[in-house]
Amino acid sequence: MTEIFGVPTQALFGQLLIGLINGAFYAMLSLGLAVIFGLLNIINFTHGAQYMMGAFCSYFLLQYAGVGYWWALIIAPIVVGATGVVIERTMLARLYKLDHLYGLLLTFGLALIIQGLFTNFYGSSGLPYRIPEELNGGINLGFMFLPKYRAWVIIASIAICATTWYVIERTKLGSYLRAATENRALVQAFGINVPRMITLTYGFGVGLAAFAGVMAAPIYQVNPQMGANMIIVVFAVVVIGGMGSILGAIVTGFGLGVVEGLTKVFYPEASNTVIFVIMVIVLLIKPAGLFGKER
Amino acid sequence: MATVDSAASPITATDAPPATVTTFLVATGVMAAALAVAPHVGIYPVFLMKALCFALFACAFNLLLGFGGLLSFGHAMFLGTAGYVSAHAAKVWGAPPELAILAGTAASAALGLVAGALAIRRQGIYFAMITLALAQMIYFFCLQTPFTHGEDGIQAVPRGRLFGVLDLSNTLVMYYVVLAIFLAAFLLIFRVIHSPFGNVLKAIRENEPRAISLGYDAERYKLLAFVLSATLAGLAGATKAIVFQLASLTDVHWTMSGEVVLMTLLGGMGTIFGPVVGAFAIIGLESYLAGFGQWVTVITGAIFVVCVLAFRRGIVGELSAWWASRRS
Repeated sequence: MTEIFGVPTQALFGQLLIGLINGAFYAMLSLGLAVIFGLLNIINFTHGAQYMMGAFCSYFLLQYAGVGYWWALIIAPIVVGATGVVIERTMLARLYKLDHLYGLLLTFGLALIIQGLFTNFYGSSGLPYRIPEELNGGINLGFMFLPKYRAWVIIASIAICATTWYVIERTKLGSYLRAATENRALVQAFGINVPRMITLTYGFGVGLAAFAGVMAAPIYQVNPQMGANMIIVVFAVVVIGGMGSILGAIVTGFGLGVVEGLTKVFYPEASNTVIFVIMVIVLLIKPAGLFGKER
Repeated sequence: MATVDSAASPITATDAPPATVTTFLVATGVMAAALAVAPHVGIYPVFLMKALCFALFACAFNLLLGFGGLLSFGHAMFLGTAGYVSAHAAKVWGAPPELAILAGTAASAALGLVAGALAIRRQGIYFAMITLALAQMIYFFCLQTPFTHGEDGIQAVPRGRLFGVLDLSNTLVMYYVVLAIFLAAFLLIFRVIHSPFGNVLKAIRENEPRAISLGYDAERYKLLAFVLSATLAGLAGATKAIVFQLASLTDVHWTMSGEVVLMTLLGGMGTIFGPVVGAFAIIGLESYLAGFGQWVTVITGAIFVVCVLAFRRGIVGELSAWWASRRS
């Protein structure tokens, strides 16, 4: 068997693939956080719980309504996004005039409520979700075996990230959004309904988390705790990347996933902590984050 | 964003009117007396010790949030690290309790210096996220390193004899030692808040650029506040490990960091007595609801939401505002 740095290539590429998969989730989640933060100035602590809700939503759809994976990819983000809209209208909207930290505290409380409720009803052991028929099996690439579903996750997440980037950076709607991020009052004076835009932005960010949750359901088990551990890593990703740029969030997400995967090969003990260590190094060298701007 | 920022008030702008030193001393005396007789009127001393350890933890946290305006979402790392170090010192090295507690506290102070130096490089929301991430790193470290014994934690830590004289295996003796530690730290915090240092800290919280332009080295003040808060949180954790003869992963987990935020928020951020009230309320609630499993998490979350939406001054903050409005 061929080896690179004394590691069998099979294991190396395998971990690289797992890294890319994790990176895809980091990218989608940190992208949602960045979009929400840009306009609402709130760090959405509920993001992990909403990702978990997306996974549960697809599980419910299959279990109780016989609705399969592909429809779940569309329905779950809309349903969970709608709960996000309700949260924004009824609670977050009251906090915009206060210190941003209150938004963090509120969303933290909401995350505890959602997580506690799901744990109550579904326990903390995972529920299985089957890979859709079409994506069963895999392709032998010669140097490694690539399961089709994993390939799909990577392609789909890149497509979603690219679309989001395009909408925000290159379309008219996106330019309104960016303008409102810079100066809300002025954009409102031009006759654009900023409060509605804020509500929809939050709904969109939440929907993105739910979308990631549906994609995660067949890979990781559907589990009430699945979001809690994810969100803290994603926070570190956001600190490393800086929330100033959409592209930065995507690149950092994928990059850190790969780094984490490689750490699992070369020094497995540190694979849990490597992202935090990188965060420390970035804070020492470039406190604003790799893609962030000092303000 | 400028419009939002100018409208945003600092997180603890709802400060209660400053209590005079006499009012404070009288109130502290009443509190100390009540706590001293509490175990004799049927309140379970182990519950009281737990509540006191958490009250000290919350006071330490409040020093940073309420008076420095810095929201740390990773304070569990100081509670937990100090717990592990003091438990290890007492059990493996056979250190007497005073030295074990001292070792744990010192370890947290050192950790606070490192974590603080990193975290104060960013502000606001980033500060919260960085402290949370650092605490998660410490959590994984504690999970993997051999001396903490992973999921089991360090169990059966001997309480020993304080200064070789006081036998801490007697619950009441232990209780009064914990009470003494708590009161000493509580008075220290009051002293710090009302010192010139405390006033500069409040100035930085209200308007950092202005404080800097007045010649204060804001970073240094923030770092010192962070280290002080970490040290006192460590004192709470070290004491807790000796009291419960246990150091476990629960104390380094992020839920613990959230819990101390909740205690402070519920009791009243930026008030002196708020964290104490909040800690007793939450610990009381938790032991009352102990049989309800995950509902505790749901209720905890609900208290968070209610406090943020409708009750931002907290119990003590609301009471003193009500008292002030009645007098005027």
